[in-house]
Amino acid sequence: MLGRTANGVFWMARYLERAENTSRLLEAGFRMALTRDAEASHDEWRSLIATVGFTHGFEAANGSDYSGERVWNFLLRDKANPGSVLAMIEAARTNARAVRTALTREVWEAVNESWMHLREALARPVREAALGLVLATIRRQMTMVRGAMDGTMLRNEIHNFSRIGTFIERGDNTARILDVKYYVLLPSLAWVGSSLDNVQWESVLRSVSGERAYRWLNAGAMDPRGIAEFLVLDQRFPRSLAFCIDKLRSNLRGLAHEYGHETSAHELLRALGTQFHEAGIDQIFESGLHEFIHEFIAANQQVALAIEADYRFVA
Amino acid sequence: MSDSKPIFDEMYNADGSVRPAYADYCDWFDQQDEKALRRKHLDAESSFRRTGITFNVYGEDEAEERLIPFDMVPRIIAADEWRRLKRGIEQRVSALNAFIADLYHRREIVKAGRLPERLLRNNDAWLTNMVGFTPPGGVYTHIVGIDLVRTGPDDFMVLEDNARTPSGVSYMLENRETMMAMFPELFSQVRVESVSNYPQRLARSLAACAPPATKGKPVVAVLTPGIYNSAYFEHAFLADQMGAELVEGSDLRVIDGRVAMRTTRGYQPIDVLYRRVDDEYLDPLSFNPASALGVPGIMDVYRAGGITIANAPGTGIADDKAIYSFMPEIVEFYTGEKPLLSNVPTWRCSEPDSLAYVLDNLAELVVKEVHGSGGYGMLIGPTSSKKEISAFAQKLRAKPHNYIAQPTLALSTVPIFTRAGLAPRHVDLRPFVLVSPKGIEITPGGLTRVALKKGSLVVNSSQGGGTKDSWVLED
Repeated sequence: MLGRTANGVFWMARYLERAENTSRLLEAGFRMALTRDAEASHDEWRSLIATVGFTHGFEAANGSDYSGERVWNFLLRDKANPGSVLAMIEAARTNARAVRTALTREVWEAVNESWMHLREALARPVREAALGLVLATIRRQMTMVRGAMDGTMLRNEIHNFSRIGTFIERGDNTARILDVKYYVLLPSLAWVGSSLDNVQWESVLRSVSGERAYRWLNAGAMDPRGIAEFLVLDQRFPRSLAFCIDKLRSNLRGLAHEYGHETSAHELLRALGTQFHEAGIDQIFESGLHEFIHEFIAANQQVALAIEADYRFVA
Repeated sequence: MSDSKPIFDEMYNADGSVRPAYADYCDWFDQQDEKALRRKHLDAESSFRRTGITFNVYGEDEAEERLIPFDMVPRIIAADEWRRLKRGIEQRVSALNAFIADLYHRREIVKAGRLPERLLRNNDAWLTNMVGFTPPGGVYTHIVGIDLVRTGPDDFMVLEDNARTPSGVSYMLENRETMMAMFPELFSQVRVESVSNYPQRLARSLAACAPPATKGKPVVAVLTPGIYNSAYFEHAFLADQMGAELVEGSDLRVIDGRVAMRTTRGYQPIDVLYRRVDDEYLDPLSFNPASALGVPGIMDVYRAGGITIANAPGTGIADDKAIYSFMPEIVEFYTGEKPLLSNVPTWRCSEPDSLAYVLDNLAELVVKEVHGSGGYGMLIGPTSSKKEISAFAQKLRAKPHNYIAQPTLALSTVPIFTRAGLAPRHVDLRPFVLVSPKGIEITPGGLTRVALKKGSLVVNSSQGGGTKDSWVLED
């Protein structure tokens, strides 16, 4: 396949994943805002903007007015935000169009339809009463695309590159949430067991849609160490870092199998995988959760760059 | 309309009876509920949007993608009508190919005094790099679209030859798919010649023109200017259907005397390049140096037998409308036969007598630029204002050799489905022709373009025209 096509498939998947992640983040923020006082929800909205890395752009447009409506409209559709859900869907669709021949008709149509629906849904500012529905629409559209991919794409290099894009992006997203919220999960004598803690912990889980799964696994008991372990190391949870690494590994293995050799990306990923394999959550806390997350984000990014170079994404 | 000749409708005779080719269709149509048909029409439109069968209009916002309106009443051609057309098209296309070969070699037709040499001089479509070079298999025009118009039961005429990069074949294919999805029962009642194997035929035809450097099974790729090109959908569609790579200039470079594409495994040579990029942009080293759409050095590779370019560079000379006016002579010169398909009567404004006539009769005529296409830069006398006509007359006087004129034809009509039921609209037909050393293949039917406005003669999609599924009935 063409290097440009691999690049297009990879970024299509990343942009779709990013749009979905943003909608999950917003869902958590919205929930928090509905259940907490103004100040707490203000902080939550602020941390959301920080998570996606657009504090500067947001404040340039809105000052420090972190009201919910401004934040979600900024994240969903603001032209000043190059990472808005709408911009991501458009970018995904542009990439899909450019690699049209690498996609099945069903995948292309699912992406194109998502773009048509979301462009419509996000044509005007989203009011509070409509937010829930808009967020559900985004997730449903992304689910349709995923379903079309799962059900119709050949399991070949094209599929590998798109899955790699998905999991590079997803790992990055979960790590960024942890990066912004890590302090909530640090052991603190003063807060232990307070209801504030519970709410904060729950919000971390919600931003990756993991609260139900976590409760189910832990019979409802919340503790920061357990949550960190769940998000970082639990291989059963599809948005944990370990899960993303595992999927990267299997898709890179697929490429090595198809091409008959490994590349520098395989080596980098192996090093990252070993680190995860050896780490227990106690050890991670001991040597610093924040540093661990930072290192992951950097290493994940290195893997992505190595893939781009090894497989000749650009001339 | 200047003359009083009645307009020929392909479905209904003047007395209201149905012409034989449409009999089965009309039987079916009479049993349909109009409301249900209208609903189906909306379904078809949303299906086109979903599948992204769109085109971009030049000069408009780049993000603007439009649908070509689709009309669900088919244009139907009887088997014997098609047989005659097919013979005429074959004759014309083989003459075109021989003509271009001659122009770039011995120029017998010029020497014989049948074509004025001045038509080739200062002609932008003429490429000196092609002189003396024979493309692989001797094929210049791998894919041709012949635009036909009809003015009566037996009067088909060629309006234009598209030997450069004819587009629209994807609409021909998608229109049929849409019709079959909308009205499957119709296709079991009426036997229609299939068009669906066009992409396979195209792939085979291109592969049959592989260059000497080919090793093993020929590698075919489609070269597109990119996703903002007006015909991008078609480029992607054809590449997809042929199982060929869809490449852009930035994917290609010359390596070891071959044109190669950058794959995830490294550079891989291409044998046949079906390019949808104009000559001018093909090679910045040979033509427009500012072009980023082409491949630096591809012309050298081509001349050394390292790649086949389809269609061959320099074939645009045959699209020239001044040359068109000589087609009857050209056909006769190369085939030794009388042309089976006639031309539309054409005045060459470069000739003083013709110019004088054209200037006197502008209000009745259609005037076209000799290098123009897509309905741009033309004057349609009968629908233009006095002011427009006098402005055009000035342009014409300033550069007479730049124009030809034709009578305003009473193009045939086929009904379209409107809110008020069936209503006749003018149509043309573009059959698609494939040429390879193995012969000439013509897909039954082609693309019917239809003017959607009542009375309008402009069928171009860039000017608000639509399309119809085109049927050739089985014997």
